[in-house]
Amino acid sequence: MAKTELAKSPWLLHYDGSSCNGCDIEVLACLTPVYDVERLGVINTGNPKHADILLITGGVNSQNEPVVRQIYEQMPHPKVVCAVGICACNGGIFKECYNILGGVDKVLPVDVYVPGCAARPEAIIDGVVKALAILREKQQALGKEETAKEAASDATAAV
Amino acid sequence: MSTRSIVPFGPQHPVLPEPIHLDLVLEDEKVVEAIPSIGFVHRGLEKLVEKKDFNDYVYVAERICGICSFMHGMGYCEAVERIMEVEVPERAVWLRSIWCELSRIHSHLLWLGLLADALGFESLFMHTWRMREKILDMFEYSTGGRVIFSVNKIGGVRRDMDSAMLDDFLRILDGMSAELKELTDTFLGDKAVAGRLSGVGFLTKEQAHDLGAVGPFMRSSGILRDTRTTGYGAYRHIDFEPIVSTAGDSYARTDVRIREIFQSIGLIRQFAAKIPEGDINVTVKGFPQGEHFMRVEQPRGEAVYYVKANGTKFLDRVRVRTPTFANLPAMLETLKGCQLADVPVLILTIDPCISCTER
Repeated sequence: MAKTELAKSPWLLHYDGSSCNGCDIEVLACLTPVYDVERLGVINTGNPKHADILLITGGVNSQNEPVVRQIYEQMPHPKVVCAVGICACNGGIFKECYNILGGVDKVLPVDVYVPGCAARPEAIIDGVVKALAILREKQQALGKEETAKEAASDATAAV
Repeated sequence: MSTRSIVPFGPQHPVLPEPIHLDLVLEDEKVVEAIPSIGFVHRGLEKLVEKKDFNDYVYVAERICGICSFMHGMGYCEAVERIMEVEVPERAVWLRSIWCELSRIHSHLLWLGLLADALGFESLFMHTWRMREKILDMFEYSTGGRVIFSVNKIGGVRRDMDSAMLDDFLRILDGMSAELKELTDTFLGDKAVAGRLSGVGFLTKEQAHDLGAVGPFMRSSGILRDTRTTGYGAYRHIDFEPIVSTAGDSYARTDVRIREIFQSIGLIRQFAAKIPEGDINVTVKGFPQGEHFMRVEQPRGEAVYYVKANGTKFLDRVRVRTPTFANLPAMLETLKGCQLADVPVLILTIDPCISCTER
């Protein structure tokens, strides 16, 4: 049952991976009454262990890199990473800065890219909706894997 | 004898929109010392002057921080304009001041919302941010952007506001005032909110002075100082009196910022009544040569821009001293002796902007 419902009430985790703040306040703006993603069942959580979708902004600097990795690793499977803003996509205006790695995909596997400087709330919501489809796919793939494993262990038990 | 323990706070924390890390040294529940470690948002923006020419750098300056984006762009532009001795049209100066005050309202509302969220008062957070969206709509209408506007350029501004637009804005602000009053009365009058803010995190006038605090954080400890009184922009043409409070606790900081929101609405009304007609920008030729030191009052306090040019299209040096950087030592002082549960609220009361601080 949980398999279908997860994609209808995803929990978000937001982290600022060295951005200018512009996209971060737009992510928060998505949660507030004018855009209100909570009507879609989306809740913003501060705990990586509760999160399904990671919204990450900024081009990630070397000090932030281990933090970003650690947050991602703490999230349970299945999980989707959504890079918000052009800096998170490829470094944006900060690409040439000595301290910027140049995009979240240098550190994490990114599933959805939301460009924009700053990314507009509509675009972020669109990104989250796309992330939901990917979350559902990953869920199904994970389910198949588990069924296959169960079948395999049943087979060994029968032998 | 209580035992000492160290609790790490951040960089990823539910109450922090931006990453900062503090090691909190505790004796039971009491904070004895807070040791910060920063650098999670350091991008190395100042070094970019070597790669982007002085005109393009306006876009970088605006992205020092997404909350006070307009004022960063303006501070940088004014510094370069003064080096080049550009006569910026009067109307552009007034337009900049209007956008500055709109930014202040947006920033203070944003902060009030985050404060409400830190207190666990979620409906208040939602209502505050709903009000803030009206300011963002005005920004979008007048500049095309919601948080980053790119409306400043060296020599003036790119977009004009006609009198119909200004009248519209004044009407919206008037409409907002009553609703804002109701909202801010909740912050100042609600028992639950007052219980978390009153008497928490005292900073005396002497401490604020010695530790170099700036902005509303300093003014709520009784120091009357505001860079707007130095008369940059259009502030010298209007009546302006900085807002201060003498209490020095978290409640006073909230009170000062709330009164500043209403003051900003009044300032915009004065600007709109007196704004002169004319051009909004001039063409700037040549390259800057020399240096200038520009001070601007941001929502969080005084920001300082130092620009040094060498006569080529690339600048030698840009240095920014941001208000949060100046406020950090005083914030660490207020954390000493507080309860662990009050730490998020105390960090928020300086209105921290880590992105500005680390650049």
